[in-house]
Amino acid sequence: MSGFTKIKVQNQDFDFANEYQELRDSTSSDGALVAFVGLVRDINLEEEVSGLFLEHYPAMTERVLNNIVKNARKKWQLGSVSVIHRVGQLDVSEQIVFVGVTSRHRQSAYQANEFIMDYLKTQAPFWKKETTTQGDKWIEAKISDQEKTQKWQ
Amino acid sequence: MLKILFFGQLKELLKTERLDIEFVQHDKSLNTVAMLRCLLQKRDDTWNEYLAPDKALVAVNQEMTNDDLELHDTDEIAFFPPVTGG
Repeated sequence: MSGFTKIKVQNQDFDFANEYQELRDSTSSDGALVAFVGLVRDINLEEEVSGLFLEHYPAMTERVLNNIVKNARKKWQLGSVSVIHRVGQLDVSEQIVFVGVTSRHRQSAYQANEFIMDYLKTQAPFWKKETTTQGDKWIEAKISDQEKTQKWQ
Repeated sequence: MLKILFFGQLKELLKTERLDIEFVQHDKSLNTVAMLRCLLQKRDDTWNEYLAPDKALVAVNQEMTNDDLELHDTDEIAFFPPVTGG
């Protein structure tokens, strides 16, 4: 059975077990499933963080995420791919992002999952604003994130 | 008409979310992203600083692009800082 691509940008939380099950149910020929979840940390650059606001560019976000998954599918033979990214106000330790990938074997699933996250972080139009003890602060993009995408080129 | 959008910190710094600018086809003073960027940078010091090419990325019709791209009537142009999702 062939898999699906699911891209979602939403305010509400997601349930890891449901997402995992949906990926599992979608394919019987894949022996590997790699799932990544990004969480809100309580500390960043030595400052205490009490929450996060995530802004995005609605018309563009899903388009970019779809393109990233398409490019991953060109590089590796994948079954199903789910990408969920939350927006709006998030508290510490809440889930931000889910990336799940199935494939015949683990190497493709591991690599494709990392590829999707690396490009999501540098291409998808999301912006984080942290609530810290020193006030609200927009997070600055890291050069190290840019460099991570270069290894895939 | 060009529809111009701003996101993230840029939206706050410029105190502007959206701006519409009249577009005249074949007007040689405003037919690329670079020219639009220059025009907007002339508004004041803040716009000049934060819309500089090394600070503000640009997307035309929801696709990341560079400043050489030609503009067309009804294009949606978005300026924003480097992205920080994930």
